[in-house]
Amino acid sequence: MKFESRDLVVRYPGASQPALNGISMEVAGGCLYAVLGPNGSGKSTLMRSLMGVITPDSGGAYIDDREVHAWDRRELARAVGAVAQSETVSFPLTVREMVAMGRYPHLGPLSGEGDIDREAVATALSECDVTDLASRDVTTLSGGERQRVRIARALAQQPRALVLDEPTISLDVRHEMAILELLRRSADSGLTVIVVTHGLDLAARFCDSMMLLSRGKVAAEGTPAEVMTEETLATVYEWPLEVATDPVSGTPRVTPQRVSPASSRAVR
Amino acid sequence: MNRLTLAGFLIVTLLAAVLAGIRFGSHELTTAEVLAALTRGDVAMHRDIVLGLRVPRTLLGVMVGGGLALAGATFQALLRNPLAEPYILGVSGGASAGAVIVISLGWAGLGSWSLPLAAFAGALLAIVLVFRVATATGRAMDVRVLLLAGVVIAAFFSACIAFILSMSSARTVQNAVMWSMGSLRGASWQSVLLATVYTVPAAAVLIGLARPLNLMAIGEETANYLGADVEGVKRTALVIAALITAAGVAVAGVIGFVGLVVPHGVRLLIGSDHRALLPLSFLGGAAFLTLADLIARLALRPGEIPIGVITAFVGVPIFLVLLRRSMGPSLGGT
Repeated sequence: MKFESRDLVVRYPGASQPALNGISMEVAGGCLYAVLGPNGSGKSTLMRSLMGVITPDSGGAYIDDREVHAWDRRELARAVGAVAQSETVSFPLTVREMVAMGRYPHLGPLSGEGDIDREAVATALSECDVTDLASRDVTTLSGGERQRVRIARALAQQPRALVLDEPTISLDVRHEMAILELLRRSADSGLTVIVVTHGLDLAARFCDSMMLLSRGKVAAEGTPAEVMTEETLATVYEWPLEVATDPVSGTPRVTPQRVSPASSRAVR
Repeated sequence: MNRLTLAGFLIVTLLAAVLAGIRFGSHELTTAEVLAALTRGDVAMHRDIVLGLRVPRTLLGVMVGGGLALAGATFQALLRNPLAEPYILGVSGGASAGAVIVISLGWAGLGSWSLPLAAFAGALLAIVLVFRVATATGRAMDVRVLLLAGVVIAAFFSACIAFILSMSSARTVQNAVMWSMGSLRGASWQSVLLATVYTVPAAAVLIGLARPLNLMAIGEETANYLGADVEGVKRTALVIAALITAAGVAVAGVIGFVGLVVPHGVRLLIGSDHRALLPLSFLGGAAFLTLADLIARLALRPGEIPIGVITAFVGVPIFLVLLRRSMGPSLGGT
């Protein structure tokens, strides 16, 4: 699937600066695309705009050349699995029930879950390594476990694209790598995968191309090697850092520098 | 617990409660006399008591209790908050203000068709206000914001009622007091019919929305991503839940906490899948209010306790436990 935004401008009421200020991008099928940037740079707003949850003030978001609001919500949910940054579960709900919600767009108004649906749920559970948790109450899980359950729910949608807002947040090394490998495999099998993340180094290792956002504008876009230069990153993140090539992976690796206590207070 | 087991248990409890509601009352009749009144009806006084009072009163309890519990479960899903309930949110207060206005203007007696509509208008106004206030703060799902909004809206409507009553005749005042206390005393076949005509179709619509409500209960953004028509579901469910509440208030006044206690209990036993939660809450609410009314009638015989007293005695402790849990230890420092 092809995701596209054209000159997207989003302004939140009461904010002096627009959250997104003229973002144009295009992500083709089979691409693993990372959206990076400091806190408040507009990453989540961009994701919500691409998914049509936010209506932009001007410009537009397009999925397969169709304006995102022109999509029927259920049809869109069959095509794209999206996971928001956070959600609050205030009621007891088992992991299996939670993941089975991914089947909602595939079910008719009265039809129950069939074999295909149960199989999709089982596959999603095992791909995210949460099969053992299937009967557990979601509210009792750790942050990382819950995160994997939510990704499993998106996989249960059996989508042709994934849009994930900080999917590996609060995951340990093993599960973070496992999820990223899963996303890489998904992209290799033809899915479009868009990931909002703070993990520069891992994004460099896994993604095909990336966008660096700064205050609602595109600071840089391209391959990891093109985007992750010392000058660009230091300017965008407002912190001195060094970029080296990782001897193991051969991709850019960022080392933020220590600064004296006085100037670190000044930045805060 | 298994859903079917719970359904069976609730149906048996409801039937037992209904039978007990018909068998017992402030007037002492023997089982034989009750049966005779139901079948032959040859003793006019017994027939009037059983068929004219007890049966409609019991059936009204079923409708109102079921409706309130269902409305509570729906508000909870929409607001993602186990404390949301028609009474706490001020929706019942809005409905009673609407009812009192119509009565004081002399447009309606108890059981008239215009009464539920006026109550509906009040209920709708209340839920829209609460929702607006809670969303405008940008922290719609914050328990404190929601509860405060509900309390303030309820206070506003009770001030409206007090104002109207202070301008009204004594008879209206007496009539209107029932709305603030809550009672099934005014039950008649007409009020049963009225409650049923509004409650049953509304309940069917809400139960039909069970699946999207499942998604809404984990967040609107996520529900959107999973293909739910968030705005449509929200609007429909809010309006219908307000309608059910209004129908209950119009015939039985403000009865609190049914919509809190019952869905909470059902959720503890079978989890939060609304496909089961909603119908079972209806059954549970029906049984709960019928039993509460039985206690209301029998405990201080020949006097009567307002039914809202009993539901509050059960509901308030549960509310406090839930409040404590939803505020959580994380708030310790703030």
